[in-house]
Amino acid sequence: GTGAVALTLMPLGAAHAATEDAIAAFTGGAEVAEGGVTLTAPEIAENGNTVPIEVAAEGAAEIMVLAAGNPNPDVATFKFGPLAGAREASTRIRLAQTQDVIAIAKLEDGTFHRASQEVKVTIGGCGG
Amino acid sequence: GRWSRVAAQQSLSQDQLLQFDTTGNVTLIHITDIHAQMVPVYFREPEFNLGVGAQQGLVPHLTGEELRQVYGIEKGSPDDYALTYDDFVALAQGYGKMGGLDRIATVVKAIRADRPDALLLDGGDTWQGSLTALRTQGQDMVNAMNLLGVEAMTSHWEFTLGIDRVNQIVDNELKFPFLGANIFDAEWDEPAYEPYQIFERGGAQVAVIGQAFPYLPIANPGWLFPDLSFGVRQQRVAEMVAEVRAKGADVVVLLSHNGFDVDRKLAHDVPGIDVILTGHTHDALPAPVLVDGTHLIASGSHGKFVSRVDLDIADGALRGLKHKLIPIFSDVITPDAEMAALVETERAPFADELSEVIGQTESLLFRRGNFNGTWDDLICDALLSQRDAEIALSPGFRWGASVLPGQDITREDIFNATAMSYPEAYRTEMTGEYLKIVMEDVADNLFNPDPYYQQGGDMVRVGGLGYRIDVAQPQGSRITEMVKLDTGEPIDPARSYVVAGWASVTEGTEGPAIWDVVEAHIREQGTVRVPQNQSVSINGN
Amino acid sequence: MASGVKPRVKVPATATAGEVITIKTLISHTMESGQRKDSDGNTIPRSIINRFHVTFNDETVIDVVLEPAISTNPYFEFQATVPESGTFKFTWYDDDGSVYEDSKEVSVG
Ligand SMILES: [Mn+2]
Ligand SMILES: [Mn+2]
Repeated sequence: GTGAVALTLMPLGAAHAATEDAIAAFTGGAEVAEGGVTLTAPEIAENGNTVPIEVAAEGAAEIMVLAAGNPNPDVATFKFGPLAGAREASTRIRLAQTQDVIAIAKLEDGTFHRASQEVKVTIGGCGG
Repeated sequence: GRWSRVAAQQSLSQDQLLQFDTTGNVTLIHITDIHAQMVPVYFREPEFNLGVGAQQGLVPHLTGEELRQVYGIEKGSPDDYALTYDDFVALAQGYGKMGGLDRIATVVKAIRADRPDALLLDGGDTWQGSLTALRTQGQDMVNAMNLLGVEAMTSHWEFTLGIDRVNQIVDNELKFPFLGANIFDAEWDEPAYEPYQIFERGGAQVAVIGQAFPYLPIANPGWLFPDLSFGVRQQRVAEMVAEVRAKGADVVVLLSHNGFDVDRKLAHDVPGIDVILTGHTHDALPAPVLVDGTHLIASGSHGKFVSRVDLDIADGALRGLKHKLIPIFSDVITPDAEMAALVETERAPFADELSEVIGQTESLLFRRGNFNGTWDDLICDALLSQRDAEIALSPGFRWGASVLPGQDITREDIFNATAMSYPEAYRTEMTGEYLKIVMEDVADNLFNPDPYYQQGGDMVRVGGLGYRIDVAQPQGSRITEMVKLDTGEPIDPARSYVVAGWASVTEGTEGPAIWDVVEAHIREQGTVRVPQNQSVSINGN
Repeated sequence: MASGVKPRVKVPATATAGEVITIKTLISHTMESGQRKDSDGNTIPRSIINRFHVTFNDETVIDVVLEPAISTNPYFEFQATVPESGTFKFTWYDDDGSVYEDSKEVSVG
């Protein structure tokens, strides 16, 4: 069973450029290593309007989250203070379509680290 | 060949169906996906049950001759009738209907006579799928499962009764726990139902962890249970396994409604589960599947089977396992009087409504399979004609009993294929482009090679539309050659088409109930004839 | 979105000295993204919570910049170290200039 759903689709080239710009603004152009940050998100979103995500990176001063396929890729930036019990946080985000969610961690040693995960946003219907 | 009823009956006996070399110290009894079928039914198993990626060529993705080969099933045998699709009509005429809660009760009582503390577990999809369950909001099945002595259950379609009704049943009606380790409150992300129960049986601690259908808010209307979140939550399952082990569990059983392929992956990724009682995908397998030390049991659907699993547990470990998939041949197993009386009482208020003859069928009406079944073709025809549409869409549900050629179609038969809580037959317009997006989306939910991305039922059924599918392609590239069947013209991405369908997950969908649409269509036809579906081409076939 | 904004927080009432505790927060807010259009086709202006700041005895635990892609009713879960008895202070900053606050005492004993 399938109801009518409005899909917001982004031209891929534009999406990539905006994401790269956001990353460059965060890193100041510094090199970004793969890994060293954990991004946890569901394989399939139960509801694209509220997708639970968790980010964690040992030694992180800040973690930025981006949604590469949204009209605007910015999602949130977490800054950890001296009383942060762990360098991790969870929130819920909006995803306009199936896309990669990206986390960039800035560690206290000044290095940058990156992780990404694809989250599928589906029309749904038709259970067994 | 055509089986005479007498010959078929003579080849079977209740003693033979129940025969079991009792072993070990603990017995599990598994039932699942009964879909509210209180009385015996015909149910044809799938012709198409394609496995993709790593699942290709593995059970449960083998049907017909391939299945007979793997399990050494003789053509024309009782197991052939119960487990395969080819020759179904002839064998059904010989072997008769299967299931019925009164027959299941007889089997459960016989197992308990042999092993008094046998643990009876229900995998869910129990409270939905019939007229009586719909009218009583699942009360008939709740009463029956209480009488049967179920000791724990998990869930899927239960939640389509709405969260208030589910909680009313769980809090006040059910005499056993409603388990779901993966059901969370969506607001605070905290567990919403009991995750497990530990039973002491045969001197051993048996932990039963419940796992509800992970994709409920995707496959079914989330607005019916808005404050809940599900998901596979593999990490949570691992934590629960560790927790019950720490509490002294000697054996860990996952009572799962994940679906077989998801359970196969979970068994591989989460160590420490001894047995997974699988559900949701309606597979019936005559032997357990061993995956990295975990035994996967698949007990079919619609009350056709009961699984008995004997465990030999010693020194905190599973030493041995013996299993039998018991087919419930309704003409061979004596009904249990107590359960028969309950079924009679539950059905009595609806007896006239259930038995009313709407028409006749010349063709076998069945649903189960990856692509169109004849029941769905009939439903799509009804949508096209009654709702004056160019294209019809019907969900790929795995539930729905069969009707044999030459039989009357009663109102009960129609409800067995349609009874659920969001039946509105909508009429809308979709562009050709959007239709393609819908079909690709559903196809990916069925044929994604990663089982954790398989969220739904079988492929959406279509009327008035033909297409080719290559299940091995990535999302967006599986569906080609979409044509409008009446003109043979390709579907135009830019054109708008009038589409009728039912079971939309969108809140506020409007239209007559699908069973009324189907009934009106059958009455107009008198006798229905549904030819073999030729409109879906499958690559490699 | 000046009306109906309601913050809620879950914090354990007690802790041991130096314990790391889990805190969950929710604030009811539509988080109007600035991407949606009304029935006349006019863009509905952006109106979101843009910053969430948590302190314990005036030292920062976490400080979050929120964009319109944060869901309606923003939810956060995070860990905090509790060195001594004191007060968590939670502050949400709205685009419209409103500031919403909540606080929770934790006793270390
Ligand atoms: Mn089912
Ligand atoms: Mn199911």
